[in-house]
Amino acid sequence: MIFVITARELRGLFLSPLAWTLLAVVQGLLAWIFLVLVDDFRNLQGRLAALDNAPGVTDLVVAPLFRVAAWVLLLLVPLLTMRLLSEERRTGTLDLLLSAPVGSMAIVLGKYLGVMLFLSSMVALVALMPLALAIGAPLDFGKLLTGLLGLLLLAGGFASAGLYLSACTTQPVLAAVATFGLLLLLWIIDVAGTGHGTVDSLFAYLSLPRHYDALLLGLFNSTDVIYYLLFIATFLGLTIRRLDDMRLRG
Amino acid sequence: MLVKNVMKGEMLVQVERLTRSYGDIRAVDEISFTLHKGQVLGFLGLNGAGKSTTMRMLAGVLAPDTGRITINGADLLDQPRQAKQAIGYLPDHPPLYRELTVDEQLHYSARLHGLDRTACRQALLRAKEHCGLVDVGQRLIGNLSKGYRQRVGLAQALLHDPPVLVLDEPTVGLDPMQLREMRELIRTLGRDRGVILSTHLLPEVQAACTHAQIMRTGRLVYAGDLADLEQRRCSTHLRVGLNVPPPTASLAQLPGIIRVEELGYGRFRLHHAPGAAPHQAVLERAGAEGWDLWEITPEHAGLEQIFVDLTLGEAPV
Repeated sequence: MIFVITARELRGLFLSPLAWTLLAVVQGLLAWIFLVLVDDFRNLQGRLAALDNAPGVTDLVVAPLFRVAAWVLLLLVPLLTMRLLSEERRTGTLDLLLSAPVGSMAIVLGKYLGVMLFLSSMVALVALMPLALAIGAPLDFGKLLTGLLGLLLLAGGFASAGLYLSACTTQPVLAAVATFGLLLLLWIIDVAGTGHGTVDSLFAYLSLPRHYDALLLGLFNSTDVIYYLLFIATFLGLTIRRLDDMRLRG
Repeated sequence: MLVKNVMKGEMLVQVERLTRSYGDIRAVDEISFTLHKGQVLGFLGLNGAGKSTTMRMLAGVLAPDTGRITINGADLLDQPRQAKQAIGYLPDHPPLYRELTVDEQLHYSARLHGLDRTACRQALLRAKEHCGLVDVGQRLIGNLSKGYRQRVGLAQALLHDPPVLVLDEPTVGLDPMQLREMRELIRTLGRDRGVILSTHLLPEVQAACTHAQIMRTGRLVYAGDLADLEQRRCSTHLRVGLNVPPPTASLAQLPGIIRVEELGYGRFRLHHAPGAAPHQAVLERAGAEGWDLWEITPEHAGLEQIFVDLTLGEAPV
């Protein structure tokens, strides 16, 4: 049942120009950044050769690329998720799902899986660029993989928050603005966490990029992964509750 | 009791003391009713009477504040999956995705209701044939006219062959030809199912339903079969036209006449008790006294009038 909903979600996405435009914009922007980074790396190569333990191409091209990719996703995921439930509420198609013998959990998971498959294809396309370097340069595949995992988890976190806020309103634009605001807040929340007090370190812990940076450096720390999984589970749980609540409040 | 049940067909829907409020407004107030196989139940009422709210609760889209709904033996709250499987629901706006084709939409809906691929194909063919959609399978829903969308919505509700159909204003936006086909279809469907349809058009109930239920501000003010409603239609006044009319008072003294209404140009409306037949007395007197009678017509209280009386709360129930 979940996959039936996922399949329709994907079909709806790819039938709209929005998804294609998003893919094109992300790919175009990141390709440009990628080329700049590769160029920089080429210019630095002579000096790097003189260093012991010099940072490799993975550190100097892949990690910065993924850092930019995270920003691009922060900007674009809200646009992708804004219509998920708000549009269905507005046009009344949600009634079909609510009156079908399908639970709220299946509805939410189906939709989330649909967006995640789309975002995975986006991340896969981004990953093709550094992979192309493997032809002529020694790539650190471990770092590349943890970086990709980080990007995917981050996108998953963004999407879950977007899905929840999309369930809270019937106006897609409102959902997008709210999602963007929430994500940006969680992104920069660690500016309040520069000190060493308990509250400060809590803020720092909550911030989204902190856990991502570690993964980009090739540090696979299970707490970072769990942070994102908890983040996703929380918002999916909230969305399910919200959907149940809709039946109660009408 | 047993005999009665057999005659009525098995009970498909049972609603007990259903209540639902939006904030301070009580949209549905303790209504109870049942639906049996072979019944087409017409839900009548003005806008805002609580018809749609009741139907949304039946379909499981909206949770009731209190009360119980049992569908085909399954409680809607305790066993929602079984109950919902037994219902085909068409909301007032058909829930259709504009970017899908008719076939894609129907396929999606069939899969949502747990049909596997082969069953899906057959269900699609059957439903499209039923609803006259065979030629538009490849068309985008966004490009269809309102009438066609309504039909796609109905086809969607029929796909999984549910024993209960809940149709919220199924004939809105149809042209007269489609209207007739839709009513015919609903009557056919009602033979081996239970159908509930809401409308504020009275002729619709007369054309398609076996039973009628009237709601007013969240309460059920009338429930019964259509024959019973027709009973209330029996004639209650005569219209007569006289070239040489006598004074109104002498008309009022005719046996059986309760009240006389003057309509002008020698026309009068003579009110009498339901069931009484004073036409013979009128004819005899007119002949004897030379009133030169040129018209005498029994007038029915229109179903329309009964409906208005009931919905506005002027008639005793």
